[in-house]
Amino acid sequence: MVENRPILNVMTHLVLMLGVAIVALPIWITFVAATHEEARMLQAPIPLLPGAYFWDNFKETFFGSGLSGSQSAPVWRMLLNSMAMAMMIACGKIAISLISAFAIVYFKFPFRMGFFWMIFITLMLPVEVRILPTFEVVADLGLLNSYWGLSIPLIASATATFMFRQVFLTIPDEMLESARIDGAKPLQFFWDILIPLSRTNIAALFVILFIYGWNQYLWPLLITTDSDMTTIVMSIKQMLEAAEQSPKWNIIMMTALLAMLPPVFVVVGMQKLFVKGLTETDK
Amino acid sequence: MASIVLKNLVKSYGKTEVLHQVSGEFSDGEFIVIVGPSGCGKSTLLRMIAGLESVTSGEISIGDKVVNELEPADRDIAMVFQNYALYPHMTVRENMAYGLKIRKIPKAEIARRVEEAADILEIGDYLDRRPRQLSGGQRQRVAMGRAIVRNPQVFLFDEPLSNLDAKLRVQMRLEIRKLQRRLDVTSIYVTHDQVEAMTLGDRLMVLNGGFVEQFGTPIELYDRPASVFVAGFIGSPAMNLLTVTGGHSVVQFDNETKLSVKAPISGQITLGIRPEHLIEDAKGEFIIEAEMFEQLGANTLVHGRLQNSKTQIVASLPGHVSKEPGTEMRFSADKNLLHFFDVKTGKRLDG
Amino acid sequence: MLKRVHFNSSILPYLLVAPQIIITLVFFIWPASQAVYQSFLIEDAFGLSSEFVWFENFEYLFADELYHASFVRTLFFSAAVAFLSMSFALVLAGFADRVVRGATTYRTMLIWPYAVAPVLAGALWVFMFNPTLGIFPYFFEFFGYDWNHYLNGGQAMALVVMAAAWKQVAYNFLFYLAAMQSIPRSIIEAGAIDGARPIRRFWTLIFPLVSPTTFFLLVINAVYAFFDTFGIIHAVTQGGPANSTTILVYKVFNDGFVGLDLGGSAAQSVILMFLVIVMTFIQFRYIENKVEY
Repeated sequence: MVENRPILNVMTHLVLMLGVAIVALPIWITFVAATHEEARMLQAPIPLLPGAYFWDNFKETFFGSGLSGSQSAPVWRMLLNSMAMAMMIACGKIAISLISAFAIVYFKFPFRMGFFWMIFITLMLPVEVRILPTFEVVADLGLLNSYWGLSIPLIASATATFMFRQVFLTIPDEMLESARIDGAKPLQFFWDILIPLSRTNIAALFVILFIYGWNQYLWPLLITTDSDMTTIVMSIKQMLEAAEQSPKWNIIMMTALLAMLPPVFVVVGMQKLFVKGLTETDK
Repeated sequence: MASIVLKNLVKSYGKTEVLHQVSGEFSDGEFIVIVGPSGCGKSTLLRMIAGLESVTSGEISIGDKVVNELEPADRDIAMVFQNYALYPHMTVRENMAYGLKIRKIPKAEIARRVEEAADILEIGDYLDRRPRQLSGGQRQRVAMGRAIVRNPQVFLFDEPLSNLDAKLRVQMRLEIRKLQRRLDVTSIYVTHDQVEAMTLGDRLMVLNGGFVEQFGTPIELYDRPASVFVAGFIGSPAMNLLTVTGGHSVVQFDNETKLSVKAPISGQITLGIRPEHLIEDAKGEFIIEAEMFEQLGANTLVHGRLQNSKTQIVASLPGHVSKEPGTEMRFSADKNLLHFFDVKTGKRLDG
Repeated sequence: MLKRVHFNSSILPYLLVAPQIIITLVFFIWPASQAVYQSFLIEDAFGLSSEFVWFENFEYLFADELYHASFVRTLFFSAAVAFLSMSFALVLAGFADRVVRGATTYRTMLIWPYAVAPVLAGALWVFMFNPTLGIFPYFFEFFGYDWNHYLNGGQAMALVVMAAAWKQVAYNFLFYLAAMQSIPRSIIEAGAIDGARPIRRFWTLIFPLVSPTTFFLLVINAVYAFFDTFGIIHAVTQGGPANSTTILVYKVFNDGFVGLDLGGSAAQSVILMFLVIVMTFIQFRYIENKVEY
């Protein structure tokens, strides 16, 4: 490193720590809020240091049914819904994209490019752009208020397919040739050779897609009217509305914490894979 | 142009010391080559002189100023990197002008210097191109141009030719030497290639494991290597280093071979003899069973084993020599061309 | 595109692409075409009758002041979020790039907002800026500044911009840091030897050399601000007060689901679709080719 002047180093760390503090501030306040009792959270200013009520709040939140005035399910139920949705989306997307990419890269068949462009188009159709008609379709198919309805419309986008296509294109031809000589059928090749070689990419993508699935908001909001099917991310908004009447901020913030933790754990715990997934998919 | 003095330089990373008490004095206008194997600390030393690495202890002086605390920008030096480090987003002209603009040199002067350097290096045609449009050799010259326009006190070269192909390397080697002579600027050049070192340097500093093995002219290093390391490093193919027993007036090999020469000490000692100093001699003391002949055209390398012994010997004979493997050959050597080294320390012993 | 060595099976590839294609057709292409179709209709509120009116919905939109306002507002919002979050990330990355040890630790501590759902980010920020309880309004009071984003449109916009930018800093930081770390160290050193001090080195060497990343992030941030920020708006301001934070994507939702103006909402969707196509086109055409060194 050039210019090792001590003062420059001190400043560097100061700036970085300031940045971290600013970034962490909202989370800190949330955490603090989740550890105090309700009454304390109604006095201005709200506290900046944690209180002693973490476990009390946790129990009340986890097993309770949100706030009166909000039509959500018990928090544990919502966590379950979110987990189901996130897992279905992540696994579904990966599975579908793997086989599509495999077909497009390794097979020669009529309309191959046609299918490719069709998949490409989905990049340009985020759900926000087609919400009403998609809602109608889902409703017509009777998929409202179901796990399937929550996940299927979201699992066919192109980024995963493109990424796998990229990965497959870089696998040497000799792999397939020697597999053929060994007598492997296409599906065997796929299962025994391609998948193991793509393991890290699959893991990296899983991290990204899990976060994507867990954090879905607009779509679940539209298609779940049954309170049993609410996801935890959805419920925050409802709680905010209910806060007008019964502002139990400690519970709201505890719920927010619970809603945040799984994705955050995944990002921090699998940081390398996460970074790899980000940089590979946004090419 | 300035002299450089290194006084007891030590460099440590944490507890690990990588350069040990390196000292040397370089005169104004000298071309000094720092040479040694990978990891010997030569790049670290160069970077310390440049100011890119800190000095753990010791002193570096450029001109008559101690520069330890000075930033690279203030040491009035210029450096040519191994991968040229040209600014990719600037044209050749802008690359060369960058340092001058920072020092607020007037535009007219900048233009003049750039043109002059471009002339010397014959890169005038590329001034408006970007680095990615140039070949390796051209980029190398731009890197040197960037160094020249600064009119620095010292030129530093960090293995600048390593990324070029062999033929280009030989050509550029000569150009660098001619350029330095013409500009008469003190230069320090780092390389791991001993041929490059021998042909370029006025004096060579041989580093090994952070220690200065020897500092002298190429011929000094060839004729009187200060240690086993230098002996084996300079000269190709490497000097034969044989373990023998020294006596009063005779040196004994591990077979019956005896040489009537007085060893500096008695007991186990390392004897060095260069392949090119072994002469075919029907009455020679070295009786060798030849195993392989390497035909190089101008000379032949004979690889063989000393009879009834495990010692391997390489001899270099002029012209084409080819015999059946297993043929017995006899060699002798001029006693004045023998070298003796301490078996334990590897240091030269003079009798 | 196609591997030189490949299979020639007859029905297997069709089976393999079927799931994705079917879902794409059913949930993407069909609804999109429906949206286009609906944008040419006016339906009455009960959905009993509909009338084909060609481009009337679009004409109406282009003349609608509310729509204009929302369009301009979205552009402003997008620019503000992109600028704020990219500059913050650039500075942080610049400093993190100088750190030899601990760069990864800082990275860990700076990237996790990416994992926070936009709506949650909105909830957190609205909590911090709650007029009665929030710590920032409390702090502002000391300076005599009254904060109530429920009443003040400008403040509402500021709040959602901050919340949106905060979330994106993580993403931008990651990409900027990666770009900076891939610049060969020797170029920076050469700059130092040439006499450039750290700040000059940053602006004349590092910043130009990460310009491909800047370009790339601009597009990504724009798309993010246009589409992924729905949750933030919904949680924090619901488009208010008085429409001051109604960006285009929120308007589509609001007009369609709440206002039940199906034709109008569909027309807005079509316009948004068009915008996405343009942005995606730009991304693939100009940014996929990274600058060579």
